Amino acid sequence: MNHFALITKREFLNKVKNKSFIIMTFLSPLIMVAVFALVAYLTQLNNDNVRVISVLDESKLFESEFKSTVNTKYDVLTDINLDDAKKIVQEAENYGLLYIPKADNIDAIADKIMFYSEDSPSIIVMEKIENRIEEKARNIKLKNSGLDPELIKKLNVNISTNLETYGGEKTSKLGSGLKLAFGGAAGYLLFMFIIIYGNMIMRSVIEEKTSRIIEIIISSVKPIQLLLGKIVGTSLAGISQFIIWVLIGGLLMTVVSAIFGINVAESQMTQNQELINGVANNPEAQNELLLIIQEIQNLPLANLIIMFIFFFIGGYLLYSSLYAAIGAAVDNETDTQQFMLPIIMPLILAIYVGFFTVIENPHGTVSQVFSYIPFTSPVVMLMRIPFGVPIWQQLLSLALLIGTFYVTVLFAAKIYRVGILMYGKKPSYKDLYKWLKY
Amino acid sequence: MSHLLVAENIIKNYGDFRALNNVSIEVPKGSIFGLLGPNGAGKTTLIRIINQITMPDEGSVILDGENLKSHHIRDIGYLPEERGLYKSMKVGEQALYLAQLKGLSKAQAKERLKYWFDKFEISDWWNKKIQELSKGMAQKIQFIVTVLHQPKLLIFDEPFSGFDPINANLIKDEILQLREEGATVIFATHRMESVEELCDHIALIHESNKVLDGKLIDIKRQYKSNLFEIGLLSDDKSGVTQYLKERFEISEATFKTINNEMKFNVKIDKHQSANQLISHLTSKGELTHFVEVIPSVNDIFIQTVQNN
Repeated sequence: MNHFALITKREFLNKVKNKSFIIMTFLSPLIMVAVFALVAYLTQLNNDNVRVISVLDESKLFESEFKSTVNTKYDVLTDINLDDAKKIVQEAENYGLLYIPKADNIDAIADKIMFYSEDSPSIIVMEKIENRIEEKARNIKLKNSGLDPELIKKLNVNISTNLETYGGEKTSKLGSGLKLAFGGAAGYLLFMFIIIYGNMIMRSVIEEKTSRIIEIIISSVKPIQLLLGKIVGTSLAGISQFIIWVLIGGLLMTVVSAIFGINVAESQMTQNQELINGVANNPEAQNELLLIIQEIQNLPLANLIIMFIFFFIGGYLLYSSLYAAIGAAVDNETDTQQFMLPIIMPLILAIYVGFFTVIENPHGTVSQVFSYIPFTSPVVMLMRIPFGVPIWQQLLSLALLIGTFYVTVLFAAKIYRVGILMYGKKPSYKDLYKWLKY
Repeated sequence: MSHLLVAENIIKNYGDFRALNNVSIEVPKGSIFGLLGPNGAGKTTLIRIINQITMPDEGSVILDGENLKSHHIRDIGYLPEERGLYKSMKVGEQALYLAQLKGLSKAQAKERLKYWFDKFEISDWWNKKIQELSKGMAQKIQFIVTVLHQPKLLIFDEPFSGFDPINANLIKDEILQLREEGATVIFATHRMESVEELCDHIALIHESNKVLDGKLIDIKRQYKSNLFEIGLLSDDKSGVTQYLKERFEISEATFKTINNEMKFNVKIDKHQSANQLISHLTSKGELTHFVEVIPSVNDIFIQTVQNN
C-alpha cells in the first residue's frame, strides 16, 4: 500500500474509532430529535388546555358563529346582565368573557365589543374571534345593502401573475423562494462542513506536533503526502458522520412524528382542515401545489448536484489546507485564534453575500464577482446556480477555485513543512512569511 | 575504507541565519559515528538533511555511492530527539503503521515486530494504548520502530535521554549488536561518556561549522599533551620538587591514593621520553603512580568549543 493510502486509512480509522467521535455521531441526531420531540410534546401539552370562552351576545346576531372546537369551547350565556356574567365567568375560571352589546347598527356594535379576562388573552385567540365577528358583520352589512354575499364571493378574482423566461421556461415567485432554499441549503451546508471538519484537521495536526511523533512520520513520508492524507482521511470520516447524522436523524424524525405527529396534527386539525378544504375547493391554490412540484422539476437539479459536489470538494479542500497550515504553525489550540480570522472572514462574507445580495439580484455585479473569488465562490456560486448560471461561468469559477487550491496547498505545505518542526515559539504572520522562503 | 555516507559542503540557511556552513562529513561503513556539538550547533539540521526532511541550499549527500533520493528513506532508520507516538493509538497498530510507512509489508512487519517484542519481553503491550505506557516503555517502542526495517544507516539523536540506566544499557547493547550485523550508526549527542564508550569516529560541529573530525583515537593522539600524572614517596619533599622543577614543567595534581605521596602533573617536552621521566623519578624515591593523561572526549569538546 502506498503512503498516501496508508495515511488516509490511519487518519480515517483514528477519527472513526475515537470514542468522542462515535458518541457525537450517534448522540447528536438523538439530541436534535429529542429536542424536536420535546417541543412537539410541549406544544401538545399547551394545546391540550381547553379554553372555555363565555359569550354574552346581547345583539343575538353572532351567537351562532361561535362553534366549539377541540381546544376552544364557547359557552353562550343568555338572560343575564354583564356584571353577573363577569362574576360567573371569573368564578368558573374560564378563559374570558366576550361581550357583544345591543345597538342600532353593526358599526355601533363593533365599536363596543369587549373581551374581559384575567390576563391579556392570546393574540391568536383574539384574531380568531375577531375574524368570525368581522365576517358575519360584513355579511350582514352586505345583506342590508341588498347584496348577496355568495354572489360577491363568486365575483372575487384571484390574480397570480404567470412568469415565463424568454426561453419559454415557466417560473413563479414561488420558484424564486424555492431556488433560494436549495441554494441556501447547499451553501450553508458547505459553510458548516468547512468549519466543523476544518477544525478537526487542524486539531489532528496539532496533536501530531504535541505528541512529537511528527518527526518520526516525516522521516518516512513527504510532508505533502501527510498533509493530503490527513485532509482526505478526515474528510471521509466527516462525510461518514454527516451521512449517519442525516440517516439517523431522518429515521428518528419519522419515528417521533409517528408517535407525536398524529396528535400534533390533530390539535392543529381545525387550521389544517380549513387550509386543505380551501386548497381542495380553490382551483388556484391547487395550481400552486402543482407549481411547487413543477418548479422543483424545473430547477437545474443535475447541474446543481454535480456542481455541488465539485464546489463542495474544491471549497473544502481549499479551506482545510489552510486549517492544516495553521495547525502546523502553532503549538496548541489557544494559539490558533489570531490565524482564524482570515479563514472565518471570507466564509462569513460569503454567507452574507449569499443571503442578502443573491436574493436581491442573483446575477448582479456583486453576486457575480463573489462567485468568482475562490474563497467565497463555493458558497456564493452554489447559491446562484439554482437561478440559472451559464455553464461557462460555473466552469470558470471552478477553474479559479482549483487553481487557487493548487497554489494554496503549495503554500500551506511550505508552512506545514517548516511549522511542524518548530516548537515553543508562538509564530506571527511575519514568521509564516519567512517560512515560505525557507 | 569505503564510506556509507558522504555529505559534501552542506550549506543551509534559515532566513538570515546560517545553520550549516560548508559542513562535510564522511561516515565509514560499519562505524559508530559520533556527531557532537553544543545545543543549537546544527547537528539536528544536518541529520534532517540526511533524512530528507529538509533540503540543503548547497552541497550534496551521497548514500552508499548514490545521490540521496526519496527511495533511500528505506535505508535509513531515524530516532529523532523530539520523539513521540500517537497517544491514543494501540502499540501494535502503531508499530505496524510506522513499519508500513517504511515500506515493509504488513506480514513482514508483524513477523519482525513479534521478534523484537519477544526480545524485549513486551509482547503483552500489543493492545495497550501509548498513553498507558511510561516514557521509558514508549521509548522502547520507538527504538524498535526505528530499527525494524533493517536499515543500512541508523541515526540516533540523543537516544539515551529518558531511559533509566538499565534500559540505556539494553539499548546500547542493541546498538552494538546492530553494528555487528552490518549497520552503520550515526549518533548525535552531547553526552560525552557515551561517545567515549561507543564511537570510533567523531565530528564536532560548533556554531554551524565543523571544527573537528576523524577517528577518535587519532583525535586523542592529536590532543594529548605528553602530560603524566605521578605519585612519588620520598622524605625530601622540597628537594625532589626542586629537582623535578629544574628538568620538567610540573604542577600540583589531585588524585586519590592510600599513601602520603607527592602528587604532580608532569609535562615532558618533545626531546624527552616517558622512560627518562621514570628513571629520574625512581632515583628520587618510590614511584607509586604513573599514568599518561589522555584527554577525554569531554575535554576535547570543551577545549575545542572554547577555542573557537
